[in-house]
Amino acid sequence: MQRILEQAKKVAESAEVFSVTSEETPVQFEADRLKHIQSKQSCVAALRIIKNGRIGYSVSTDPDDVDNLVRAAVETAEFGMKAEFELPSPTTYKKVNIYDPKVDEVPLGKMISLGEEMIAAVKGHTRDIICEAGVSKDVVSISIINSLGNSAEYSKSIFSLGIEGSLIRGTDMLFVAEGESSCRPLTNIKGIIDIVLKQLDWAKEQATATTKKMPVIFTANGAASALISPLMSAFNGKTVLEGASPLGDSLGKPVFDNKLNIFDDATIDYRPGSHPFDDEGIASRRTPLVENGVPLNFLYDLQTAALAGKQSTGNGHRGGGLPSPSANAFIIPPGETSFDDMLADIKEGLVVEYLMGAGQGNVLGGDFSGNVLLGYKVENGKIKGRVKDTMVSGNVYKVLKEIAAIGNDARWIGGFLYSPSIYCPNLSVSVKG
Amino acid sequence: MDIEVIGRKIAEELKKHKADHIEAHIQQSVSSHITYRGKKLESIGKSSGAGGNIRVQLNGGWGFTSFNSFEDIPSRIEMAVEQARLAGNGRSWLAKKAPVVDKVSAGIKVNPIDIPLSEKKNLLDEYNAVIWKTPKLQTSVIGYGDGYRKSIFIDSAGSFIQQERADVSLRLSAVASDGSDVQQANMSLGSLGDFSRIQNLHAEIADMSKRAVALLAAPQVKGGEYTVVLDPVLAGVFVHEAFGHLSESDFVYENERMREVMTLGKQFGGKHLNIVDGALVPNLRGSYKYDDEGVAATKTYLIKEGKLVGRLHSRETAARMGEKPTGNARAVSYRYPPIVRMTNTYIEPGSSSFKDMIADIKEGVYAKNWYGGTTSMEMFTFSAAEAYMIKNGKIGGLMRPVVLSGNVFSTLQNIDAIGNDLDMNEGGGCGKGEQSPLPVSNGSPHIRIQNCLVGGA
Repeated sequence: MQRILEQAKKVAESAEVFSVTSEETPVQFEADRLKHIQSKQSCVAALRIIKNGRIGYSVSTDPDDVDNLVRAAVETAEFGMKAEFELPSPTTYKKVNIYDPKVDEVPLGKMISLGEEMIAAVKGHTRDIICEAGVSKDVVSISIINSLGNSAEYSKSIFSLGIEGSLIRGTDMLFVAEGESSCRPLTNIKGIIDIVLKQLDWAKEQATATTKKMPVIFTANGAASALISPLMSAFNGKTVLEGASPLGDSLGKPVFDNKLNIFDDATIDYRPGSHPFDDEGIASRRTPLVENGVPLNFLYDLQTAALAGKQSTGNGHRGGGLPSPSANAFIIPPGETSFDDMLADIKEGLVVEYLMGAGQGNVLGGDFSGNVLLGYKVENGKIKGRVKDTMVSGNVYKVLKEIAAIGNDARWIGGFLYSPSIYCPNLSVSVKG
Repeated sequence: MDIEVIGRKIAEELKKHKADHIEAHIQQSVSSHITYRGKKLESIGKSSGAGGNIRVQLNGGWGFTSFNSFEDIPSRIEMAVEQARLAGNGRSWLAKKAPVVDKVSAGIKVNPIDIPLSEKKNLLDEYNAVIWKTPKLQTSVIGYGDGYRKSIFIDSAGSFIQQERADVSLRLSAVASDGSDVQQANMSLGSLGDFSRIQNLHAEIADMSKRAVALLAAPQVKGGEYTVVLDPVLAGVFVHEAFGHLSESDFVYENERMREVMTLGKQFGGKHLNIVDGALVPNLRGSYKYDDEGVAATKTYLIKEGKLVGRLHSRETAARMGEKPTGNARAVSYRYPPIVRMTNTYIEPGSSSFKDMIADIKEGVYAKNWYGGTTSMEMFTFSAAEAYMIKNGKIGGLMRPVVLSGNVFSTLQNIDAIGNDLDMNEGGGCGKGEQSPLPVSNGSPHIRIQNCLVGGA
């Protein structure tokens, strides 16, 4: 890495080398049985230079390929965007605990038995269900060095568990799923299993909704599938800078229901979305995005912040290319209402656990429309059964303007979202029938 | 680095290890990308990479190790054998296949990688200028990517297959805003390395840009059931989601009830419905000579005259179901094992003209172009980027984009007209599990579906 930096410094005003190495060990079960054991080693080095004021970029899986990396970066810098930012000078970072050596020490035998336990627990409840399960341990190491003398690195361990079940009766297919991940080994499957068994219980009977407007509770999973991706794009500083965010002019204004709060936070110990610094070497922080319904901040990387006249919020992420702003982890704190109290409030409505296809419309504008892949009819405060061939549609900004209640049941969905159930009083529901 | 030399060494090394089956994949690739946001070029970059994997089957279990470093291959093979031994708890199933030794070129006149960045940038500058001629535009995105990849497949039975492949893709979107409301229109194209396929698109791009602005004033379709006519692009996404994924045998082969649902001979649609998938269909983004298990590509009828007649296989699923492998085992890269995937999927043309198709529709929706689609096997959604009301046989004004939803057991039966104007779309990438985007193409003529569920206000 040092060699890449030294050579790049000779041809450019400033330079930065970012490298990732990872070791992943997934164990996978198919059709109730252990099927695959894998190990994946990977490394990649990315070079960003500023030459004649412009950004050049190259990436290679071979960090010894110094000449090619530098040549490609110089070639692209001829056409690259003007660099408006400066790379960070040497920085001291606050410790964020994201590495536990115990993750790597979990033996394959233990991972296999965790998978077997999950499958046995689900099949113990519903004999005919067929399960796929996965248990994985990963270690990722990141390092950044730049020509201003900043040099930083961290390692992160991630342990994850997941299970999916399919229950087929004739041409009726039910899919249930849940997963969990942490930077520490997960040894207790109860949390995951409780949720899957509840999905199975609630979907046991079938029910039919009617085409009209009605109240809808999005569970944490349901919110993740329907509401979150438009918000992530709206709080992205780049979308705002281009004037394409519906929230662009809304800082300080009560755009959402005053019960809604959202943070972006990369500093929570042992969470997969956490780190001491982002992919440009900017220190991590907790950024309030919405407080009492009022948008307060957007998320920035270095270049976007410079163009917008702001500071980076430590949200520079690389998905294989140049850094770009994106959320570290979206945190929606819990409200005060229990899930049962929300249910009790509904005469006729739906609970949405997964809305399929919701992220495939005009996400920028906040419109969503999807098929209720897993969701339930509520009648007189009680779950009546699973609905099918039913669509729920709306606009995130209209829906979150008037929230009936926010649940006290917040939990992590995957590695990057913490959300409670969200009870919305009036959504458009279309039913085939 | 010469990966052929590494490949020869691995071929020798494989002979020293014992398992039911061992295969290796090695790849070397170069790619470049150019992105515009708004009026400016935002990002331009080049990547190069090399890596490989060892995949082992033993007693029905699979071991897999992938790597970027080609050092110490023997211990990686040993590790994969151990993993397979630990995972195995039955017998191995793998359809028979004769060893293949072959060398396949990318079959292109000009490698997109060799075209100077300045030439690519000039074309994109022209397109961006076209986009920004439209008044009231808020922003735009152009994403161009190309790549060239050399792959070697080696197996313990003596196969040694070298294949080259090039790819070009272009996505554009125009975003219009009138303050709080934001609307967008997009285009998505691709080719098997032929750069000329993304040239001369100025007129289409101008239309796209104008449509984004027009959408601001467009009303929303009221949710409910409609007679829906799909254009070839959206119908292609429909066939991919509605039936293509259900034809992938890895969802079926170990699930008795799923096998009952997917019994060959079962009627899924009318006599006029024929659905095909095949990498053997030439010169499309999902075309190749051998899949990632070294099985020769085929053209497979999934549905013939409305009946289920075939499905897509890897060597393992074919052996388990007593059927022939179809050459559909694909991996997005050496980082993943091959799994059953689609290639070029389409509905064969019928006899209806578009005019006849809409003539007797009192109230319906004409849905065009795509944002995306997804499936859970039984139920699926696919989203149109453009929609128009059909009233009394006439196409009406532009509506907001719509998401359509179907159920495989009724929606295919509800296709009551199939056009004569087959067209393939090569702009899509397919995702399955963690493996995305895989280059595929899909297509169809115009089709009409009765009682299709449309989400809306």
